[in-house]
Amino acid sequence: MTSVSYDLFALAIFAGLTVIVGAGLLALSELVGPRRRDPEKNTTYECGVPLFDSAREPFTVKFYLVAILFILFDIETVFLLPYAVVYKQLGVIGLVEMGIFLLVLAAGLLYCWRRGALEWD
Amino acid sequence: MIISTLAAAQVAVEAMNPWLKSSITAVLVFGGLIHIVPGLIYFERRISAWIQDRIGPNRVGPVGVLQPVADAIKLIFKEDVTPEGINRAIYTLAPVLVYAPAILAFTVIPVGIDLQVANFSVGVIFLLTIGGFSVYGLAFGGWASNNKYSLLGGLRASAQMVSYEVALILSVIAILMTAESVDLNAIVRSQWAPGTLGFLGWNLFQQPIAFVIFFIAAFAETNRLPFDLPECEAELIGGYHTEYSSLKFATFFLGEYVAMVTMSGLLVTLFLGGWSLPWVEIPALPLTADIALSVLIFLGKLAFLLFVYIWVRWTLPRFRYDQLMGIGWKVLIPLALVNLALTALGGIFDWNWLIPLPG
Repeated sequence: MTSVSYDLFALAIFAGLTVIVGAGLLALSELVGPRRRDPEKNTTYECGVPLFDSAREPFTVKFYLVAILFILFDIETVFLLPYAVVYKQLGVIGLVEMGIFLLVLAAGLLYCWRRGALEWD
Repeated sequence: MIISTLAAAQVAVEAMNPWLKSSITAVLVFGGLIHIVPGLIYFERRISAWIQDRIGPNRVGPVGVLQPVADAIKLIFKEDVTPEGINRAIYTLAPVLVYAPAILAFTVIPVGIDLQVANFSVGVIFLLTIGGFSVYGLAFGGWASNNKYSLLGGLRASAQMVSYEVALILSVIAILMTAESVDLNAIVRSQWAPGTLGFLGWNLFQQPIAFVIFFIAAFAETNRLPFDLPECEAELIGGYHTEYSSLKFATFFLGEYVAMVTMSGLLVTLFLGGWSLPWVEIPALPLTADIALSVLIFLGKLAFLLFVYIWVRWTLPRFRYDQLMGIGWKVLIPLALVNLALTALGGIFDWNWLIPLPG
């Protein structure tokens, strides 16, 4: 039990260093260095031509589709992680159950594929 | 002389307070990770030059070794331009959100015999969870910049990373099945086999399909060529970090290189036998000298993989975006599922698909 607390302590020190260095980098970039503002420099980059509108526009729905598919398959992997450790003890019954689970998901992937959800045009 | 020094080191380490030992490990690993990045950038530039038959940086210091230092000083004293119309809080936080998960994920990777910052029995799960947070940094940075190129770069980066994460985790699960453990040290031990052909015990040979999937997905996860579409200069200027300058840009860069080191470390641990050598038996009660040697072995394997990263960068051209998503979803994920089924069948029915282990 105590060895876990040493590990947590080391992790806390590591995380503390990460935060200090991250905050230090951000603070340094704000504090050091010149500050010469002018309205042209403060616009966002647009291939050297005057900015004509904001970037807050709708973008293609494909990215949402990928995110939704990712959530499905990521949850699949979450179910597989505990199975991977005990699959030998569970034996054939576990294999059949996991097989059915994976086949359902594979059928889902195949459906998305045939419906063109994985195509980028 | 050497023996007495080692004996003294052994006594000193044994007498050390465990709290002190944990803090020293944490500080050393953190410092090593932060300082490996400038060295890596120098070697990347030198090796790139060598592959392309040009000279590369050779002006600052002997053979240019101080070039990264000069670059860092230059970046510190550059103006930090923050354009108008950005979402300031998210914009400022994004670089740190890229760098922090990459470096925190390294804490569970064993760099020597049972030596890591934090030894959790669920090391792999911790690493995958923390490592997954990098996506937020890229997506936030791209969106908060209020720039069309950044937005596209951030979207591409997040879509690419989540797609390949599935294939990556599925290939890791096959490794967990061969090792029957989620403890990274146990995974390293499971790859050790006696004899001259002991290296056949490495998962590189025991799980070749998983290795190929992991290797490809590792490049996509770290946004390296041939999968560097989020920041391909010709189309998207700099991708999600177009609007970042000064040290904020440097933080993005740092995060990217640390992620590369973390991925290589995970690859060494999962597939290349980690800190073990095939011909050398793992001592049950390792002395300080054994641990030091195992750290050197780990660093050697890590250095080789980092070289492979750079080598691939100058060998392969960039993929098109539809090809990238096609490989991820239509090739790697089905292949990983097939590999899982083969591994499960082989494990339960004792069918050996692969090279028999010596000994």
